[in-house]
Amino acid sequence: MTAPLAARHLRFDFPGRVLLRGISLELRPGRVTALLGPNGSGKSTLLRILLGLLEPAAGEVRLSGENIREMRRADVACRIAFVPQQTASAFAYTALEMVLMSWESRRPFLAQGSARDRQIAMAALDQLGAAGLADRTFSLLSGGERQLVLLARALAQETPILILDEPATGLDYGNQIRMLEMIADLARSLKKAILQTTHAPEHALASADDIILLKEGRILQRGSPEEVLTASTLASLYDLPVEKFERYLRNAGLLSAGEFTRS
Amino acid sequence: MKARAAWVLPGVAALLVLMVIIALGAGRFGIGWVELAQLISGHAGEADASRWGNIFFQLRLPRILAAAVVGSSLAVAGASYQAMFANPLVSPNLCGVLAGSSFGAALGMVISNSWVVVQLTTFVFGLAAVGVALGIAALFRRSSDPMLILVLGGIVASALFSALLAIVKYLADPYDKLPSIVYWLMGSFALSEWSLLARTALPMIVALGILMAMAGRLNVLSLGDEPARALGLSAGRLRLVAILMATVLSSLTVVIGGEIGWIGLIIPHAARMLSGPDNRLLLPASALLGAAFLVGVDTTARTLFLSEIPVGIITALLGVVTFVAVLGRVRKGWA
Repeated sequence: MTAPLAARHLRFDFPGRVLLRGISLELRPGRVTALLGPNGSGKSTLLRILLGLLEPAAGEVRLSGENIREMRRADVACRIAFVPQQTASAFAYTALEMVLMSWESRRPFLAQGSARDRQIAMAALDQLGAAGLADRTFSLLSGGERQLVLLARALAQETPILILDEPATGLDYGNQIRMLEMIADLARSLKKAILQTTHAPEHALASADDIILLKEGRILQRGSPEEVLTASTLASLYDLPVEKFERYLRNAGLLSAGEFTRS
Repeated sequence: MKARAAWVLPGVAALLVLMVIIALGAGRFGIGWVELAQLISGHAGEADASRWGNIFFQLRLPRILAAAVVGSSLAVAGASYQAMFANPLVSPNLCGVLAGSSFGAALGMVISNSWVVVQLTTFVFGLAAVGVALGIAALFRRSSDPMLILVLGGIVASALFSALLAIVKYLADPYDKLPSIVYWLMGSFALSEWSLLARTALPMIVALGILMAMAGRLNVLSLGDEPARALGLSAGRLRLVAILMATVLSSLTVVIGGEIGWIGLIIPHAARMLSGPDNRLLLPASALLGAAFLVGVDTTARTLFLSEIPVGIITALLGVVTFVAVLGRVRKGWA
């Protein structure tokens, strides 16, 4: 079976600087992949290439075998739903109106929204326990509520692939855990292939089946959380001495839990 | 859309009908609603009927229609610009479109007596002005406040085409062309007649129709470029269509009534308070409200004092107040 999303040998240059090189990855149905890396490691650039928003200097992205560059934007949106890190709207749309935008590109030019679109949108909000937000103004919601609405919009797109940019960043502790659990659930219950970026190892640990470590535009290491989330790989990912890292993780209670192992 | 959707359009439509009836009966000939009722019900004498018919249907009605068409076109163009640039501060004025169109119109009048040429130059230079404004915004893409930069780009475009307009005025024949240019651009419907409306009707209806048909797409575009593309829209191509249509509308209002400012800012914001930001409801609401508003303002302009005030002056005065009010709300994401 071809992977819903497969990227091969991606390279991306910024004038005078190589941002990404030699990136290959595959997403599988029912699995969450976490892209973990420090700020400036090229995570956002990579996401934009995978979404087809940015053209790589070399390499290609294929969706179920089809080259993304040869696909119409509307067809890409039938395959990949994207939850951006932040969406600011200058206009006071309601949460429901935001979710309804998921289907806009599939509507014929003249067609108006149907009752069915509304049903799908409400069902998506309901699934995340956010139906009560439907008539509230999106820009006035809290960060956690906004993230739920954007996730609902992505669900309403009914795509096999879900890509999330730092889904738990900026949320309070409870909402972080809730959001990460939800993501893991979606992969299991809906068999979605999910990719999320994060700069926090514990986010990757909480929700991911596979982890890719990205450093300075290259893949440093990849594998299961047990293989990848070791004090020594993390120390090298974040350019810190191993001892310092171990001490921090132990103090934070993360190392003693046996989750971050010593290699 | 909330429950308010149900009454917004009928409500604003009723307001428009009311404004049209008031406008039909108001005027300096001392011929009012009583005569209108008599004429329509067939109770007018033959001599009266022909005189009244002339006033109602050759003088007042085309003028009312011109005001309505210009009001709704500017309002819809304004709401569309705001959505496609994800910026509640822009309008046909602030994009520089009206200044560019005014220059185009004046240039067209100087170089040719053909209406086709004038309409074409009006549109082309309206479009050129948007191009200048967007070009400047693109130069400073990485600025911390792109919304403000686009507004400043529009101001620069306006200044540029105002200067060019001054050159045309300077060079125009002071006894023939100059007075007509100056009076026309001041913004007035005094010269409206059926033939003028007939010439501009088709492109305006097409542009209005296309913008309303893409209202749902405008919602998504108003989130910005990347979000819109991630949601499956070819943002660049759609925005180009929207720019062309909104600019057709704006520049043709200059052909009909000269430079009438601020409607494209005032009305979309007022309509948004009634209908909410969903463009599928906002665009028709803006069209009706803009028509009602400008018909009302024009009626005021021609009846308030003994001599008529150019309608553009009144809208500019109201616009300044609105702009200041809107500025305060924009930062809260409420505008």
